[in-house]
Amino acid sequence: MDGVIELQLWQMAAAYVFVVLLLFIVKVKGISREKEILIASVRMTVQLVLVGYVLVYLFNHMHPLSTIIVIAIMEAFAIHNIFKRVKKPLSKPLKKMIAVSMLLGTLTCLTYFLFVVIRISPWYDPRYFIPIAGMIIGNSMTGVSLGVSRLVDGMHAEKHLIESSLMLGATPKIAAKGVVDNAFDAAILPTINTMVGMGIVFLPGMMTGQILSGISPITAIEYQIAIMLGILGSVALTVIFFVQLGFKTFFNEENQLIIED
Amino acid sequence: MFEIHDVAYKDILHVKHLTIKKGNVTSIVGQSGSGKTTLLRLLNRIISYDQGEILFHGQPLHRVDPIALRRQVVMLPQNPAIYNGNIRDNLLIGLKFSEKPMVADDSLYKILKLMKLKKELKENTDKLSGGEKQRVALGRILLMEPEVLLLDEPSSALDESTEQLIIEVLVQYTKSNGKTMVMVTHSKKIAGQFSDEIVEIIKDQPVNQREGV
Repeated sequence: MDGVIELQLWQMAAAYVFVVLLLFIVKVKGISREKEILIASVRMTVQLVLVGYVLVYLFNHMHPLSTIIVIAIMEAFAIHNIFKRVKKPLSKPLKKMIAVSMLLGTLTCLTYFLFVVIRISPWYDPRYFIPIAGMIIGNSMTGVSLGVSRLVDGMHAEKHLIESSLMLGATPKIAAKGVVDNAFDAAILPTINTMVGMGIVFLPGMMTGQILSGISPITAIEYQIAIMLGILGSVALTVIFFVQLGFKTFFNEENQLIIED
Repeated sequence: MFEIHDVAYKDILHVKHLTIKKGNVTSIVGQSGSGKTTLLRLLNRIISYDQGEILFHGQPLHRVDPIALRRQVVMLPQNPAIYNGNIRDNLLIGLKFSEKPMVADDSLYKILKLMKLKKELKENTDKLSGGEKQRVALGRILLMEPEVLLLDEPSSALDESTEQLIIEVLVQYTKSNGKTMVMVTHSKKIAGQFSDEIVEIIKDQPVNQREGV
Protein backbone atom coordinates (compact mmCIF):
# COMPACT_ATOMS: atom_id res chain seq x y z
CA MET A 1 0.00 0.00 0.00
CA ASP A 2 1.28 3.51 -0.83
CA GLY A 3 -0.04 5.25 2.28
CA VAL A 4 -3.45 6.78 2.95
CA ILE A 5 -5.71 7.91 0.07
CA GLU A 6 -6.72 11.44 0.99
CA LEU A 7 -10.34 12.06 -0.04
CA GLN A 8 -10.86 15.11 -2.24
CA LEU A 9 -14.05 17.12 -1.74
CA TRP A 10 -15.49 15.89 -5.04
CA GLN A 11 -14.75 12.28 -4.04
CA MET A 12 -16.70 12.73 -0.82
CA ALA A 13 -19.49 14.46 -2.72
CA ALA A 14 -19.61 11.48 -5.10
CA ALA A 15 -20.74 9.31 -2.17
CA TYR A 16 -23.98 11.31 -2.04
CA VAL A 17 -25.05 9.44 -5.16
CA PHE A 18 -26.34 6.76 -2.77
CA VAL A 19 -28.72 9.30 -1.21
CA VAL A 20 -29.88 10.38 -4.68
CA LEU A 21 -30.42 6.73 -5.58
CA LEU A 22 -32.45 6.15 -2.42
CA LEU A 23 -34.53 9.27 -3.08
CA PHE A 24 -35.21 8.03 -6.62
CA ILE A 25 -36.27 4.59 -5.37
CA VAL A 26 -38.70 5.92 -2.72
CA LYS A 27 -40.14 8.37 -5.24
CA VAL A 28 -40.76 5.61 -7.82
CA LYS A 29 -42.17 3.27 -5.15
CA GLY A 30 -44.43 6.00 -3.80
CA ILE A 31 -42.99 5.73 -0.28
CA SER A 32 -43.27 9.17 1.29
CA ARG A 33 -39.95 9.25 3.09
CA GLU A 34 -38.08 11.85 0.98
CA LYS A 35 -38.22 14.51 3.70
CA GLU A 36 -36.78 12.21 6.39
CA ILE A 37 -33.99 10.97 4.11
CA LEU A 38 -33.01 14.53 3.18
CA ILE A 39 -33.11 15.75 6.78
CA ALA A 40 -31.07 12.75 8.00
CA SER A 41 -28.45 13.25 5.27
CA VAL A 42 -28.12 16.97 5.92
CA ARG A 43 -28.03 16.51 9.70
CA MET A 44 -25.39 13.80 9.46
CA THR A 45 -23.21 15.98 7.21
CA VAL A 46 -23.54 19.18 9.25
CA GLN A 47 -23.08 17.39 12.60
CA LEU A 48 -19.96 15.53 11.45
CA VAL A 49 -18.40 18.60 9.82
CA LEU A 50 -18.99 20.61 13.00
CA VAL A 51 -17.62 17.81 15.20
CA GLY A 52 -14.58 17.60 12.91
CA TYR A 53 -13.79 21.29 13.44
CA VAL A 54 -14.47 21.07 17.18
CA LEU A 55 -12.13 18.06 17.47
CA VAL A 56 -9.40 19.86 15.49
CA TYR A 57 -9.75 22.83 17.84
CA LEU A 58 -9.71 20.63 20.96
CA PHE A 59 -6.68 18.62 19.77
CA ASN A 60 -4.76 21.83 19.07
CA HIS A 61 -5.76 23.52 22.35
CA MET A 62 -5.52 20.71 24.90
CA HIS A 63 -6.94 21.72 28.27
CA PRO A 64 -8.40 19.60 31.08
CA LEU A 65 -11.46 21.82 31.37
CA SER A 66 -12.40 21.53 27.70
CA THR A 67 -12.16 17.71 27.89
CA ILE A 68 -14.33 17.67 31.02
CA ILE A 69 -16.91 19.96 29.36
CA VAL A 70 -17.10 17.69 26.29
CA ILE A 71 -17.64 14.62 28.50
CA ALA A 72 -20.31 16.47 30.51
CA ILE A 73 -22.13 17.43 27.27
CA MET A 74 -21.95 13.82 26.03
CA GLU A 75 -23.39 12.50 29.31
CA ALA A 76 -26.17 15.11 29.33
CA PHE A 77 -27.14 14.30 25.73
CA ALA A 78 -27.05 10.55 26.42
CA ILE A 79 -29.25 10.85 29.52
CA HIS A 80 -31.70 13.16 27.72
CA ASN A 81 -31.80 10.73 24.80
CA ILE A 82 -32.76 7.85 27.13
CA PHE A 83 -35.66 9.92 28.52
CA LYS A 84 -36.83 10.62 24.97
CA ARG A 85 -36.48 7.07 23.67
CA VAL A 86 -38.68 5.42 26.29
CA LYS A 87 -42.31 5.71 25.28
CA LYS A 88 -43.85 5.28 28.76
CA PRO A 89 -43.87 8.23 31.17
CA LEU A 90 -40.95 8.10 33.60
CA SER A 91 -41.22 9.16 37.22
CA LYS A 92 -38.82 11.76 38.61
CA PRO A 93 -37.05 9.27 40.90
CA LEU A 94 -36.60 6.87 37.97
CA LYS A 95 -35.11 9.65 35.82
CA LYS A 96 -32.75 10.42 38.69
CA MET A 97 -31.65 6.79 38.85
CA ILE A 98 -31.08 6.70 35.07
CA ALA A 99 -28.78 9.71 35.40
CA VAL A 100 -26.97 8.33 38.45
CA SER A 101 -26.37 4.91 36.90
CA MET A 102 -25.21 6.39 33.57
CA LEU A 103 -22.70 8.65 35.32
CA LEU A 104 -21.48 6.00 37.76
CA GLY A 105 -21.20 3.18 35.21
CA THR A 106 -19.67 5.06 32.30
CA LEU A 107 -17.24 7.19 34.32
CA THR A 108 -15.97 4.19 36.32
CA CYS A 109 -15.28 2.21 33.14
CA LEU A 110 -13.88 5.20 31.28
CA THR A 111 -11.46 5.97 34.12
CA TYR A 112 -10.27 2.37 34.30
CA PHE A 113 -9.98 2.07 30.53
CA LEU A 114 -8.02 5.28 29.99
CA PHE A 115 -5.74 5.12 33.00
CA VAL A 116 -5.17 1.39 33.46
CA VAL A 117 -5.64 -0.15 30.00
CA ILE A 118 -4.39 2.60 27.65
CA ARG A 119 -2.51 4.71 30.22
CA ILE A 120 -2.94 8.03 28.43
CA SER A 121 -0.77 11.01 29.26
CA PRO A 122 -1.66 13.75 29.90
CA TRP A 123 -4.82 12.40 31.50
CA TYR A 124 -7.07 14.79 29.57
CA ASP A 125 -5.63 14.06 26.11
CA PRO A 126 -8.75 14.62 23.95
CA ARG A 127 -7.42 12.44 21.09
CA TYR A 128 -8.08 9.37 23.26
CA PHE A 129 -10.48 10.69 25.86
CA ILE A 130 -13.23 11.94 23.54
CA PRO A 131 -13.62 9.09 21.01
CA ILE A 132 -13.36 6.40 23.69
CA ALA A 133 -15.82 8.24 25.95
CA GLY A 134 -18.14 8.53 22.93
CA MET A 135 -18.13 4.80 22.33
CA ILE A 136 -18.54 3.90 26.00
CA ILE A 137 -21.27 6.46 26.69
CA GLY A 138 -23.10 5.76 23.42
CA ASN A 139 -23.26 2.01 23.91
CA SER A 140 -24.24 2.35 27.57
CA MET A 141 -27.01 4.73 26.51
CA THR A 142 -28.41 2.10 24.13
CA GLY A 143 -28.19 -0.59 26.82
CA VAL A 144 -29.85 1.52 29.49
CA SER A 145 -32.61 2.62 27.06
CA LEU A 146 -33.48 -1.04 26.45
CA GLY A 147 -33.25 -1.78 30.17
CA VAL A 148 -35.52 1.13 31.07
CA SER A 149 -38.15 0.13 28.50
CA ARG A 150 -38.16 -3.48 29.66
CA LEU A 151 -38.20 -2.56 33.35
CA VAL A 152 -41.07 -0.07 33.02
CA ASP A 153 -43.11 -2.38 30.75
CA GLY A 154 -42.41 -5.37 33.00
CA MET A 155 -43.39 -3.59 36.20
CA HIS A 156 -46.72 -2.58 34.62
CA ALA A 157 -47.40 -5.95 32.99
CA GLU A 158 -46.46 -7.97 36.10
CA LYS A 159 -48.12 -5.62 38.58
CA HIS A 160 -50.57 -8.24 39.81
CA LEU A 161 -47.88 -10.90 40.25
CA ILE A 162 -45.53 -8.53 42.07
CA GLU A 163 -48.27 -7.31 44.40
CA SER A 164 -49.41 -10.88 45.07
CA SER A 165 -45.85 -11.73 46.08
CA LEU A 166 -45.70 -8.74 48.42
CA MET A 167 -48.97 -9.89 50.01
CA LEU A 168 -47.21 -13.15 50.92
CA GLY A 169 -44.38 -11.30 52.63
CA ALA A 170 -41.87 -11.08 49.77
CA THR A 171 -39.42 -8.20 49.85
CA PRO A 172 -39.67 -5.81 46.88
CA LYS A 173 -36.33 -7.16 45.62
CA ILE A 174 -37.64 -10.74 45.51
CA ALA A 175 -41.06 -9.70 44.21
CA ALA A 176 -39.55 -7.78 41.27
CA LYS A 177 -36.69 -10.22 40.58
CA GLY A 178 -38.16 -11.68 37.38
CA VAL A 179 -38.76 -8.26 35.84
CA VAL A 180 -35.34 -6.96 36.91
CA ASP A 181 -33.55 -10.01 35.46
CA ASN A 182 -35.44 -9.65 32.17
CA ALA A 183 -34.52 -5.97 31.95
CA PHE A 184 -30.85 -6.77 32.50
CA ASP A 185 -30.99 -9.50 29.85
CA ALA A 186 -32.65 -7.25 27.27
CA ALA A 187 -30.10 -4.51 27.88
CA ILE A 188 -26.95 -6.61 27.71
CA LEU A 189 -27.90 -9.02 24.91
CA PRO A 190 -27.27 -6.69 21.91
CA THR A 191 -23.71 -6.03 23.12
CA ILE A 192 -23.03 -9.75 23.50
CA ASN A 193 -24.50 -10.43 20.03
CA THR A 194 -22.31 -7.70 18.55
CA MET A 195 -19.24 -9.35 20.07
CA VAL A 196 -20.21 -12.71 18.58
CA GLY A 197 -20.55 -11.33 15.03
CA MET A 198 -17.48 -9.10 15.22
CA GLY A 199 -14.72 -9.79 12.69
CA ILE A 200 -16.81 -12.34 10.78
CA VAL A 201 -20.11 -10.70 10.00
CA PHE A 202 -18.75 -7.15 10.01
CA LEU A 203 -15.70 -5.09 10.78
CA PRO A 204 -16.37 -2.60 13.53
CA GLY A 205 -16.45 1.10 12.65
CA MET A 206 -13.56 2.13 14.84
CA MET A 207 -11.30 -0.58 13.47
CA THR A 208 -12.28 0.16 9.86
CA GLY A 209 -11.57 3.84 10.43
CA GLN A 210 -8.16 3.11 11.89
CA ILE A 211 -7.22 0.74 9.06
CA LEU A 212 -8.36 3.25 6.42
CA SER A 213 -6.28 5.95 8.04
CA GLY A 214 -3.14 3.85 7.72
CA ILE A 215 -2.81 2.12 11.09
CA SER A 216 -1.69 -1.52 11.04
CA PRO A 217 -4.66 -3.93 11.25
CA ILE A 218 -2.97 -5.64 14.22
CA THR A 219 -2.88 -2.39 16.22
CA ALA A 220 -6.43 -1.63 15.10
CA ILE A 221 -7.55 -5.07 16.31
CA GLU A 222 -5.81 -4.65 19.66
CA TYR A 223 -7.64 -1.39 20.18
CA GLN A 224 -10.90 -2.91 18.99
CA ILE A 225 -10.67 -5.84 21.41
CA ALA A 226 -9.83 -3.54 24.29
CA ILE A 227 -12.61 -1.06 23.49
CA MET A 228 -15.14 -3.86 22.96
CA LEU A 229 -14.35 -5.26 26.40
CA GLY A 230 -14.55 -1.74 27.82
CA ILE A 231 -17.97 -1.27 26.20
CA LEU A 232 -19.17 -4.61 27.55
CA GLY A 233 -18.00 -3.66 31.02
CA SER A 234 -19.58 -0.25 30.87
CA VAL A 235 -22.92 -1.49 29.50
CA ALA A 236 -23.06 -4.24 32.13
CA LEU A 237 -22.08 -1.95 34.99
CA THR A 238 -24.43 0.86 33.94
CA VAL A 239 -27.35 -1.52 33.47
CA ILE A 240 -26.68 -3.30 36.79
CA PHE A 241 -26.62 0.05 38.57
CA PHE A 242 -29.79 1.07 36.76
CA VAL A 243 -31.87 -2.05 37.39
CA GLN A 244 -30.76 -2.32 41.02
CA LEU A 245 -31.53 1.33 41.75
CA GLY A 246 -34.41 1.69 39.28
CA PHE A 247 -36.74 -1.04 40.52
CA LYS A 248 -36.76 0.54 43.99
CA THR A 249 -38.48 3.63 42.58
CA PHE A 250 -41.60 1.50 42.00
CA PHE A 251 -41.98 0.90 45.74
CA ASN A 252 -42.48 3.29 48.63
CA GLU A 253 -40.90 3.14 52.08
CA GLU A 254 -43.78 0.93 53.25
CA ASN A 255 -42.77 -1.64 50.63
CA GLN A 256 -45.94 -1.01 48.67
CA LEU A 257 -46.05 -1.04 44.87
CA ILE A 258 -46.72 2.48 43.58
CA ILE A 259 -47.88 2.03 40.00
CA GLU A 260 -50.93 3.98 38.91
CA ASP A 261 -53.44 2.08 36.76
CA MET B 1 -56.57 -8.74 67.09
CA PHE B 2 -57.46 -5.86 64.73
CA GLU B 3 -59.16 -2.71 65.95
CA ILE B 4 -60.15 -0.17 63.35
CA HIS B 5 -61.04 3.36 64.41
CA ASP B 6 -62.35 5.99 62.01
CA VAL B 7 -60.24 4.74 59.09
CA ALA B 8 -60.74 6.20 55.61
CA TYR B 9 -59.19 5.31 52.29
CA LYS B 10 -59.80 7.80 49.47
CA ASP B 11 -63.55 7.89 48.71
CA ILE B 12 -63.69 4.12 48.66
CA LEU B 13 -63.98 3.08 52.27
CA HIS B 14 -64.79 4.61 55.64
CA VAL B 15 -64.78 2.46 58.77
CA LYS B 16 -65.94 4.19 61.97
CA HIS B 17 -65.37 1.21 64.20
CA LEU B 18 -64.62 -2.45 63.61
CA THR B 19 -62.99 -5.15 65.72
CA ILE B 20 -61.73 -8.44 64.31
CA LYS B 21 -61.36 -10.95 67.10
CA LYS B 22 -58.58 -13.51 67.36
CA GLY B 23 -59.67 -17.04 66.48
CA ASN B 24 -62.79 -15.86 64.67
CA VAL B 25 -63.91 -16.38 61.12
CA THR B 26 -65.13 -12.98 59.97
CA SER B 27 -66.93 -12.59 56.67
CA ILE B 28 -67.09 -9.29 54.83
CA VAL B 29 -70.10 -9.00 52.57
CA GLY B 30 -71.51 -6.21 50.45
CA GLN B 31 -72.11 -4.97 46.92
CA SER B 32 -69.22 -4.85 44.47
CA GLY B 33 -67.33 -1.58 44.71
CA SER B 34 -68.29 -1.10 48.36
CA GLY B 35 -64.68 -1.43 49.57
CA LYS B 36 -64.52 -5.05 50.80
CA THR B 37 -61.22 -5.80 49.05
CA THR B 38 -59.85 -2.43 50.14
CA LEU B 39 -60.43 -3.42 53.76
CA LEU B 40 -58.35 -6.60 53.31
CA ARG B 41 -55.63 -4.65 51.50
CA LEU B 42 -55.47 -2.19 54.39
CA LEU B 43 -55.10 -5.02 56.91
CA ASN B 44 -52.30 -6.57 54.81
CA ARG B 45 -50.75 -3.08 54.52
CA ILE B 46 -50.38 -3.38 50.79
CA ILE B 47 -52.05 0.06 50.85
CA SER B 48 -52.12 2.65 53.65
CA TYR B 49 -55.09 4.49 55.05
CA ASP B 50 -55.41 8.27 54.81
CA GLN B 51 -56.80 8.87 58.29
CA GLY B 52 -57.69 7.07 61.52
CA GLU B 53 -55.94 4.14 63.09
CA ILE B 54 -55.75 0.37 62.77
CA LEU B 55 -54.35 -1.46 65.77
CA PHE B 56 -52.85 -4.92 65.43
CA HIS B 57 -52.38 -6.60 68.81
CA GLY B 58 -52.79 -3.11 70.28
CA GLN B 59 -49.98 -1.64 68.18
CA PRO B 60 -50.62 0.94 65.44
CA LEU B 61 -50.34 -0.85 62.10
CA HIS B 62 -48.06 1.79 60.61
CA ARG B 63 -45.49 1.03 63.32
CA VAL B 64 -45.32 -2.66 62.43
CA ASP B 65 -42.68 -3.63 59.84
CA PRO B 66 -44.76 -4.17 56.67
CA ILE B 67 -42.87 -7.25 55.48
CA ALA B 68 -42.95 -8.92 58.91
CA LEU B 69 -46.67 -8.10 59.11
CA ARG B 70 -47.46 -9.60 55.70
CA ARG B 71 -45.70 -12.82 56.69
CA GLN B 72 -48.13 -13.12 59.59
CA VAL B 73 -51.19 -11.51 58.00
CA VAL B 74 -51.18 -13.15 54.58
CA MET B 75 -53.56 -12.06 51.85
CA LEU B 76 -54.83 -14.04 48.90
CA PRO B 77 -56.30 -11.83 46.15
CA GLN B 78 -59.42 -12.79 44.21
CA ASN B 79 -57.39 -13.86 41.17
CA PRO B 80 -54.47 -15.53 42.88
CA ALA B 81 -51.11 -15.33 41.17
CA ILE B 82 -49.80 -18.53 39.65
CA TYR B 83 -46.06 -18.51 39.11
CA ASN B 84 -44.09 -20.17 36.30
CA GLY B 85 -43.24 -23.74 37.17
CA ASN B 86 -45.00 -26.77 38.55
CA ILE B 87 -47.40 -27.33 41.45
CA ARG B 88 -44.52 -27.94 43.87
CA ASP B 89 -42.91 -24.58 42.99
CA ASN B 90 -46.25 -22.84 43.42
CA LEU B 91 -46.95 -24.39 46.80
CA LEU B 92 -43.47 -23.67 48.15
CA ILE B 93 -43.18 -20.10 46.89
CA GLY B 94 -45.00 -18.62 49.89
CA LEU B 95 -42.46 -20.24 52.25
CA LYS B 96 -39.65 -18.93 50.06
CA PHE B 97 -41.05 -15.39 50.04
CA SER B 98 -41.52 -15.39 53.80
CA GLU B 99 -38.08 -16.98 54.37
CA LYS B 100 -39.57 -19.94 56.24
CA PRO B 101 -38.06 -23.46 56.08
CA MET B 102 -39.06 -25.57 53.09
CA VAL B 103 -41.13 -28.72 53.67
CA ALA B 104 -40.88 -32.23 52.24
CA ASP B 105 -43.12 -33.59 49.48
CA ASP B 106 -45.19 -35.55 52.03
CA SER B 107 -46.45 -32.30 53.53
CA LEU B 108 -47.18 -30.93 50.07
CA TYR B 109 -49.25 -33.99 49.15
CA LYS B 110 -51.17 -33.61 52.43
CA ILE B 111 -52.01 -30.04 51.47
CA LEU B 112 -53.12 -31.17 47.99
CA LYS B 113 -55.37 -33.76 49.61
CA LEU B 114 -56.77 -31.16 51.97
CA MET B 115 -57.54 -28.97 48.95
CA LYS B 116 -59.21 -31.93 47.19
CA LEU B 117 -56.63 -31.91 44.41
CA LYS B 118 -55.58 -35.24 42.94
CA LYS B 119 -52.47 -34.00 41.21
CA GLU B 120 -48.77 -34.73 40.98
CA LEU B 121 -46.39 -32.11 42.36
CA LYS B 122 -44.36 -32.09 39.14
CA GLU B 123 -47.40 -31.22 37.05
CA ASN B 124 -47.15 -27.87 35.29
CA THR B 125 -49.66 -25.27 36.47
CA ASP B 126 -50.47 -24.24 32.87
CA LYS B 127 -52.76 -27.22 32.56
CA LEU B 128 -54.77 -26.50 35.71
CA SER B 129 -58.30 -25.10 35.57
CA GLY B 130 -59.20 -21.83 37.30
CA GLY B 131 -60.63 -23.65 40.31
CA GLU B 132 -57.56 -25.89 40.61
CA LYS B 133 -55.27 -22.88 40.47
CA GLN B 134 -57.29 -21.21 43.21
CA ARG B 135 -56.91 -24.30 45.40
CA VAL B 136 -53.14 -24.46 44.77
CA ALA B 137 -52.93 -20.81 45.87
CA LEU B 138 -54.99 -21.58 48.98
CA GLY B 139 -52.73 -24.54 49.76
CA ARG B 140 -49.74 -22.23 49.38
CA ILE B 141 -50.91 -19.96 52.17
CA LEU B 142 -51.95 -22.82 54.47
CA LEU B 143 -48.36 -24.09 54.23
CA MET B 144 -47.15 -20.70 55.47
CA GLU B 145 -49.16 -21.16 58.69
CA PRO B 146 -49.83 -17.45 59.12
CA GLU B 147 -51.57 -15.97 62.14
CA VAL B 148 -54.25 -14.34 59.99
CA LEU B 149 -55.63 -15.41 56.61
CA LEU B 150 -57.11 -12.62 54.53
CA LEU B 151 -59.03 -14.28 51.72
CA ASP B 152 -60.66 -12.30 48.91
CA GLU B 153 -63.44 -14.40 47.40
CA PRO B 154 -61.49 -17.63 48.02
CA SER B 155 -64.09 -19.75 46.25
CA SER B 156 -64.91 -17.51 43.27
CA ALA B 157 -63.60 -20.02 40.74
CA LEU B 158 -65.11 -23.10 42.40
CA ASP B 159 -68.38 -24.86 41.69
CA GLU B 160 -70.97 -24.92 44.48
CA SER B 161 -70.14 -28.34 45.91
CA THR B 162 -66.36 -27.79 45.88
CA GLU B 163 -66.93 -24.33 47.36
CA GLN B 164 -68.67 -25.85 50.38
CA LEU B 165 -65.91 -28.43 50.87
CA ILE B 166 -63.04 -25.98 50.56
CA ILE B 167 -64.53 -23.30 52.84
CA GLU B 168 -65.26 -26.01 55.38
CA VAL B 169 -61.60 -27.13 55.23
CA LEU B 170 -60.38 -23.52 55.60
CA VAL B 171 -62.64 -22.88 58.58
CA GLN B 172 -61.61 -26.15 60.21
CA TYR B 173 -57.95 -25.31 59.67
CA THR B 174 -58.47 -21.86 61.19
CA LYS B 175 -60.30 -23.18 64.25
CA SER B 176 -58.09 -26.19 64.99
CA ASN B 177 -54.86 -24.20 64.64
CA GLY B 178 -55.93 -21.10 66.57
CA LYS B 179 -55.72 -18.90 63.47
CA THR B 180 -57.92 -15.98 62.44
CA MET B 181 -59.65 -15.72 59.09
CA VAL B 182 -61.14 -12.70 57.36
CA MET B 183 -62.95 -13.61 54.17
CA VAL B 184 -64.58 -11.43 51.55
CA THR B 185 -67.48 -13.29 49.99
CA HIS B 186 -70.32 -12.49 47.64
CA SER B 187 -72.28 -15.41 49.07
CA LYS B 188 -74.45 -14.56 52.05
CA LYS B 189 -75.13 -18.28 52.33
CA ILE B 190 -71.45 -19.13 52.81
CA ALA B 191 -71.06 -16.18 55.19
CA GLY B 192 -74.05 -17.25 57.26
CA GLN B 193 -73.00 -20.88 57.37
CA PHE B 194 -69.35 -20.52 58.38
CA SER B 195 -68.77 -17.16 60.07
CA ASP B 196 -68.52 -16.17 63.70
CA GLU B 197 -69.15 -12.63 62.60
CA ILE B 198 -70.48 -11.00 59.44
CA VAL B 199 -69.63 -7.42 58.53
CA GLU B 200 -71.73 -5.88 55.79
CA ILE B 201 -70.24 -2.98 53.90
CA ILE B 202 -72.77 -0.72 52.19
CA LYS B 203 -71.50 1.52 49.43
CA ASP B 204 -70.90 5.15 50.51
CA GLN B 205 -71.88 4.39 54.10
CA PRO B 206 -69.41 4.25 56.97
CA VAL B 207 -68.91 0.80 58.47
CA ASN B 208 -69.97 0.86 62.10
CA GLN B 209 -69.89 -2.47 63.87
CA ARG B 210 -72.55 -3.13 66.44
CA GLU B 211 -72.45 -5.72 69.14
CA GLY B 212 -73.97 -9.05 68.15
CA VAL B 213 -73.96 -8.39 64.41
